[in-house]
Amino acid sequence: MLLSEIVSILDAEPLNGEMDLGIDIQSAFASDLMSDVLALARPGVLMITGLTNIQIMRTASMIDIPAVVFVRGKKPPRETIELAGKLGIPFIITYKTMFETCGMLFQAGVKPILCAKR
Amino acid sequence: MSSLNSRDSFVIEREVKPLDFLSAGETASDFKETLKSLGIPADICRKTSIVAYEAEMNAVIHGGGGIIAMELEGDRITIVAKDQGPGIENVSLAMQEGYSTAPDFVREMGFGAGMGLPNIKKYSDELDIETKPGEGTTLRIVIFLKDEGGVE
Repeated sequence: MLLSEIVSILDAEPLNGEMDLGIDIQSAFASDLMSDVLALARPGVLMITGLTNIQIMRTASMIDIPAVVFVRGKKPPRETIELAGKLGIPFIITYKTMFETCGMLFQAGVKPILCAKR
Repeated sequence: MSSLNSRDSFVIEREVKPLDFLSAGETASDFKETLKSLGIPADICRKTSIVAYEAEMNAVIHGGGGIIAMELEGDRITIVAKDQGPGIENVSLAMQEGYSTAPDFVREMGFGAGMGLPNIKKYSDELDIETKPGEGTTLRIVIFLKDEGGVE
């Protein structure tokens, strides 16, 4: 599914008009714990989070996450927006909660990632 | 693509400042970009940047800052993270997922959830922790250039 379709499903706002919304997204991971993102997410996975600090973009870039969804209508601070631009990571903002965001994307066919038993 | 000869060996060293959350992660990003520019495979670049990032965050949060170095030599990448912080009192507890001594303001940023050292272990091939209460901590982390199909 294209990121542009996700924008439309979530009634989301892409803040930066120059962002590439043509990215293909197959799976997603939702968390406010960045170490869990680092532990479990895979390259190519969409990150859904309620945090907006600069470390969200750092985390996304370490694990080659192609795009970020900020939930609950949270607007990232300037430094986060600047780093996203520098790293070329598009982000969108939805006013939906994390639960609803995940539910809608799951219903639309976006897959979860596997968390292995250990 | 990742076969290297002695000419490619090098060490990069960076200073990490205590509690500087705006700059935290710059070192790990630099390391990743350097490895990518050398044609190192993407999964090796990713593993290295994740362990360097977790080590960097530990130095920023707990270590009172420190020095993070990346050495590329022969068949391996070695990350050495050295801080002058309080040391780790109980290493086996610190290796448990979810065990954390991080303050609340760190948790509010999405870190300090007790996954730092477990993540470093998960993504590395060798991990050695040298620590003494009151004298700081040194992590020595090795990632082999040849991917042997471990955790991606």
